[in-house]
Amino acid sequence: MNEYEQAQQTFFEESRDMLRQIEDALLVLESDPHDDETLNALFRAAHTIKGSAGLFGFDRIGGFTHEVETVLDRLRAGAITLNGDLAAVLLLCGDHIGQLLVETAAAEERAETNAAGADLVARLQAWGPEGKPVAAATKPDTAQAAEAGGARPWHISVDFGPSVFRDGMDPLSFLRYLGTKGDVIGVTTRIGTLPDADQFDPETCHLGFDILLQGQCTKADLTSVFDFVKDDCTLRITPSDAERSRWLEILRTMPVQERRIGELLVSCGAITPDELVRALARQDREGTSRPIGEVLVAQRAVPEEVLQVAVSRQKEQRGEESRFIRVQADKLDSLITLVGELVIAGASANLLARQTTNARLLESTQVITDLVEEIRNGALQMRMVQIGETFNRFRRVVRDVSRELGKQIDLVISGADTELDKSVVEKIADPLMHLVRNAMDHGIEMPDVREAAGKSRGSVLRLNAFHDSGSIVIEVIDDGKGLDRNRILQKAWERGLIPPNTELPDEEVFNLIFMPGFSTAEKVTSLSGRGVGMDVVRRNIEALRGNVRLSSRPGEGTTVSIRLPLTLAIIDGFLVTVGPASYVVPLDMVVECIELPAGTPPGASYLNLRGEVLPFLRMREVFDVDAPPPAHENVVVVRNGAMRAGLVVDRLLGEFQTVIKPLGKLFRNLQGIGGSTILGTGEVALILDVQALIDSAARAAARRDGQPFRADPGETVTSQRGELITLGE
Amino acid sequence: MTRIAAGAQSAPVAASAVSRQFLTFVLGGEMYAVGILRIKEIIEFGALTAVPMMPSFIRGVINLRGAVVPVVDLTARFGGGPTKIGRRTCIVIIEIEADGESQVVGILVDAVNEVLDIADSDIEPAPSFGTRIRPDFVAGMGKVAGSFVILLDVSRVLAVDEMASVVASAEAAGAVDAADSAVIH
Repeated sequence: MNEYEQAQQTFFEESRDMLRQIEDALLVLESDPHDDETLNALFRAAHTIKGSAGLFGFDRIGGFTHEVETVLDRLRAGAITLNGDLAAVLLLCGDHIGQLLVETAAAEERAETNAAGADLVARLQAWGPEGKPVAAATKPDTAQAAEAGGARPWHISVDFGPSVFRDGMDPLSFLRYLGTKGDVIGVTTRIGTLPDADQFDPETCHLGFDILLQGQCTKADLTSVFDFVKDDCTLRITPSDAERSRWLEILRTMPVQERRIGELLVSCGAITPDELVRALARQDREGTSRPIGEVLVAQRAVPEEVLQVAVSRQKEQRGEESRFIRVQADKLDSLITLVGELVIAGASANLLARQTTNARLLESTQVITDLVEEIRNGALQMRMVQIGETFNRFRRVVRDVSRELGKQIDLVISGADTELDKSVVEKIADPLMHLVRNAMDHGIEMPDVREAAGKSRGSVLRLNAFHDSGSIVIEVIDDGKGLDRNRILQKAWERGLIPPNTELPDEEVFNLIFMPGFSTAEKVTSLSGRGVGMDVVRRNIEALRGNVRLSSRPGEGTTVSIRLPLTLAIIDGFLVTVGPASYVVPLDMVVECIELPAGTPPGASYLNLRGEVLPFLRMREVFDVDAPPPAHENVVVVRNGAMRAGLVVDRLLGEFQTVIKPLGKLFRNLQGIGGSTILGTGEVALILDVQALIDSAARAAARRDGQPFRADPGETVTSQRGELITLGE
Repeated sequence: MTRIAAGAQSAPVAASAVSRQFLTFVLGGEMYAVGILRIKEIIEFGALTAVPMMPSFIRGVINLRGAVVPVVDLTARFGGGPTKIGRRTCIVIIEIEADGESQVVGILVDAVNEVLDIADSDIEPAPSFGTRIRPDFVAGMGKVAGSFVILLDVSRVLAVDEMASVVASAEAAGAVDAADSAVIH
């Protein structure tokens, strides 16, 4: 990829960010149309897209965005206010720009997109400047394009050089020509430089003029009037207050990027390119390191105030640059992989040091281990992103869906600054979407129903996130009708998910809805209710090594809470040995460890755990280990959903935190092993997939007994391996 | 100077344009070769972790500087018994393409010999039978000093999809066994 393509790529990415900002801003403005800050942000985002598109010559994007910007500008000026209709059109415009971005990136141009664009532009006309249709295409990113219209007063002061007459120029013709640019309100002739009569030379010009002009023109227009004498006159064009504030406004809103002060001032229209060139030449001539801004002020080319704003904008931009850098995710991934290796190598050095019993060596390796630990935490921290961005995506969803359903739903977001690993964030969006739609569709009632139940017509959907003991908890809370306990139970009996007429505690009843094939919605809508929803949600979340719980109160609402690990790169494990090899059991699955009671017969497959039957798996048999078992075997009691089981292993080596390594495609059909990790000794240890192990053991038992199998009612017979998703894959 | 350069350029052109380099190694007394372009490195055998419930030709995994790499026992893959670990046992690390992604796999060999130049004209097409291994594993037979060396088609020998599916069918076979025994009892 060459630099240009890279820059284009950056443009596409940034524009997508901007579109998201536009969408967010519109949704905020819909509830508070007079939020100036947000209005400005909205305008800036659109302006940036337009400007950058112009830079790359993407005229389709630039042209369309310009139309949008025109309306936004009127919004900002207060000429129109944002209502629901306009917000709807603008949201569609945002979508359209998104589509244009997609097509431009793929270098294609679809006729239907153009038609949709033309349609949107036509709809925007309703909010365009009165009586004047919005121009179809305009040059992007120049001060002239942002012309708001209306005559503005200018003060022009011009001193003609002494040789003007001799060069065949007539000052009067310039003044006349100036008259075509606007209305000359007044002209004062300066004669202060006129010499005494005896020294008067009629061929030498001593004239200067102060002109007050009112017109719809820019500084550049006015300067061009004097083009013919520009080398032989001193020209100062001072803006009126209105013009000055217009420059300031442009300066404040335009994208600064890496432009220099001079360029900024030129593009906002405060100085002309000529003035800049002259100032640069002067700066050169003086050989001083005086900033160009000061030179310009000294030349009286630009008011001090305008310069200050330009300087502060430039600083602000530089400040932003130093606060954030864009890094490719795979670079970060490989750094984290390396740090993971460093952890392993450090552990191995530590092990060797301990064997030497050299105290000073031990001490120094310990220091290294501590540092490496810090580096690892720091590296993982870099991948952490705030969940707010994911949450904000739901504003649009909630808005659209609540309109579609005819419900009044407010989305309230809290804990948006809670951080979690980027790879988790990416994978949680889909399940979250499902839960949000489900809550809106099934949980929240129609306004009339709510009123009848003595609740407010408007309902609230909350998204909340917080950290809790090494995990992140994400909650989707609605204040709807709550779950119907009896209906769920009835359905579960009907579908044979649980034996008929069995009773369960409330919480377990509610969690039945996460089972495959379970859907209580009587009406299948386009949103949800096809009965494929909640079990997929649960599976996706469990694939992230998380879990999901649901609680509900009739008439008061439902809360779904998802608990996820902060990162997928690291797992808290429990190290055990089976035969010659070490294995890691994910710690969150481990309930307790006991010694296998002496005298347990070799063929037994369950034991008595404080009065309860605990089925167990002899890992030596599962893994086909030939070597004779040790005198004392141990049982790791693990939990899989509501079910408990024991894993009989040789030795317990204790807890340890480890970096997960993918096992690769060759092992994708292997059930019971979820991944691998590297021990301090450099050896590879395999991570057990407890759920798959228990399921396949239960299946084998069912086959043996000739009975249909149902290990855990939540799992289908073709249960998928709970794959551990790892970094670097 | 120029003459030497010119000579160096022109002399091997005729031969090198049509010859390629191969690494030869011994496996169960037989000589095999693999094109060196696919070989990443050769390491001494050591610290291998067996992966349970896998077919015998997947010997286990090793830690290759932080990456977990599967090791294939070629003798077992060719239908023989497991390779006995000896003093000269090596793991040849090979990079293969699978579904457009590159995958690193190690192969267990009894001993590594040397790197040979074999001219294309000295490579005979694989015979349709007569080799001890599956014909589709053989890319060709290289003539080296009067005898033949089997040139392996690594993409076939180490086909990830095929090997992974063997795992699945082994499981299915186990299920059938269990079902059969249930019927018998």
